[in-house]
Amino acid sequence: MTTTQSAAAEFARRQQSPLQRVQHLLHGYPWLSPLLILVIAFLAFTAMNSRFATPSSLGLLLQQTAVVAALAIGQTLIILTAGIDLSVGAITILSMMVMATLAKDGGMNGVVALLIGLLLAVGAGLLNGLLVTRLSLPPFIVTLGTLSIFTAIALLYSGGSSIQADHLPSLLNFLGEGFGPRGGFRLTWGVIVVGVMYAVVGFALSQTAWGRHVYAVGDDRESARLSGVATQRVLLTVYTVAGLIYGLAAWVLIGRSGAATPNAIVDANLNSITAVVIGGTSLFGGRGRLIGTLIGALIVQSLQFGLSLAGIDQQYRVLATGVLVIVAVSVDQWIRKVKA
Amino acid sequence: MSADAPPTTDQPVAHQGGLFPTAEPSSDRTHPVLSARGLVKTFGRVVGLDGVDLDLYPGEVLAVIGDNGAGKSTLIKCLTGALVPDSGEIRLDGQVVHFKRPQDARDAGIETVYQQLAVIPALDIASNLYLAREERRPGPLGSVLRMLDKKGMKERAGQAVQGLGIQTIQNMGQAVETLSGGQRQAVAVSRAAAFGGKVVILDEPTAALGVKEGNQVLEMIRQLRDRGLGIILISHNMPHVWDVADRIHIQRLGGSAGVITPSSHSMTDGVAVMTGAMRLDDGTPGPVR
Repeated sequence: MTTTQSAAAEFARRQQSPLQRVQHLLHGYPWLSPLLILVIAFLAFTAMNSRFATPSSLGLLLQQTAVVAALAIGQTLIILTAGIDLSVGAITILSMMVMATLAKDGGMNGVVALLIGLLLAVGAGLLNGLLVTRLSLPPFIVTLGTLSIFTAIALLYSGGSSIQADHLPSLLNFLGEGFGPRGGFRLTWGVIVVGVMYAVVGFALSQTAWGRHVYAVGDDRESARLSGVATQRVLLTVYTVAGLIYGLAAWVLIGRSGAATPNAIVDANLNSITAVVIGGTSLFGGRGRLIGTLIGALIVQSLQFGLSLAGIDQQYRVLATGVLVIVAVSVDQWIRKVKA
Repeated sequence: MSADAPPTTDQPVAHQGGLFPTAEPSSDRTHPVLSARGLVKTFGRVVGLDGVDLDLYPGEVLAVIGDNGAGKSTLIKCLTGALVPDSGEIRLDGQVVHFKRPQDARDAGIETVYQQLAVIPALDIASNLYLAREERRPGPLGSVLRMLDKKGMKERAGQAVQGLGIQTIQNMGQAVETLSGGQRQAVAVSRAAAFGGKVVILDEPTAALGVKEGNQVLEMIRQLRDRGLGIILISHNMPHVWDVADRIHIQRLGGSAGVITPSSHSMTDGVAVMTGAMRLDDGTPGPVR
């Protein structure tokens, strides 16, 4: 029996062209192609500019990647459920401005200000989740609405002005501090926190029942429901956890930029979605790995960083990112057509 | 209707002991494992079910046939908790039950294989078998970190599939989307078989399948019956019904048109009763065996 099985499997394998084999490989490991792109980008930028692959540049690259990489975790969770979050930047800025304003104008203790800011982000995510589950509105519409709402509240609350780091308690600035530079390489607490976030969420997605349910809900919601998955509760937790992640990203952002600025990270929505998509997660839900998102965020930032080191104009960098998104989605479509 | 009655029976959840609970199904085949009396369900002014009675005994296959709109689906949905009947009584092992959602019926030991299969293409076979019933690792890894016992689930899923004599599925780590229609059906049936403590309900399980695959599913149904489970089979495929059923419940215009057996009536008779061309005036045959 087993010999005939393996012979049949052998036969099936031989029937594949090399291209089909690549397609199968990418289908099994969707983060392989972004990893390849990242390696190529690294080699290319190293060849173009000797300053790219230095410890200090790499440390800076990690710091620049941290915020988008953090936001992309929440975005990955939501996209895995076949949703999308356009309010990621708005929630982050709202959370950040509230943390900073409470600490400066309210004269509040850093811990309390941080906790209120995080709670607010959780509440904002919960609101998105409630609108998606209770009113059954499409996530695109919900988060398009809350994007405007949260942005407006953040501007109204902060009065539209920035708050510099020296007006803030040390706890809020803490994630900008770190170790080094050692040999030029500087590791900030912000980078470490984002790394821990990846480890925790990655574990939850791949090793727990909740993670499986996230994939199940995104792949086929009705089947998941019939199988006994509490689909509404899964969706609600996904949006709420995403909110918490955006709150933590706001803390990282204050440390990174040395200020709380209401017009920071205007491109956060696009960059977080780009990182997720380039990382091999399908916009149709149910498919993808968190590690791919990390690679995707590194690709986006390496591209920006490498091209700017090479002295290439900002607009060309944006253009390159756009091309990369379209290529990534095309590859995803191609992979999904894999034959059994 | 006593609305304050407990929602489910006091029976333990069937899957607590892992796959294939050695239920005591053979204990008593003279009392129905599942019975319904006077089920009524209306949708506005449309009467879906008009006082339907049904008895399912352990170790039998009860087919439910009927024309479109005869109330088959409504009947099944009431039995599986997908719909709550307006009036009437459902008993499981003699205990009155009130299912408010599908999970209630599942917890009580009634598994359903839906027509749309309800498998997740992107997940592997083992994950699908255990979906929403995942088992965690022993010790703090499972209780604190909530880590899944992937290896254990894969092993037991393999046993479950092998136990039904399904040879074509070997690798439990294979994604369901790579399986054929018949194999997917086999996964869905395996899941119901593995966790169905008392009753398995199959809604058109052979509708989308080829001849060979359809016969494999019938063979699986026989195996489940021989294990002592009560099986309800909804099907439009008369040859399949006459092949595998012990008794046949005929639904017509929201009511029960009677119960026949494959030996008491021909397929033509069955269809005649189903469409109203013939009436059954004799009593309904009793349980098999």
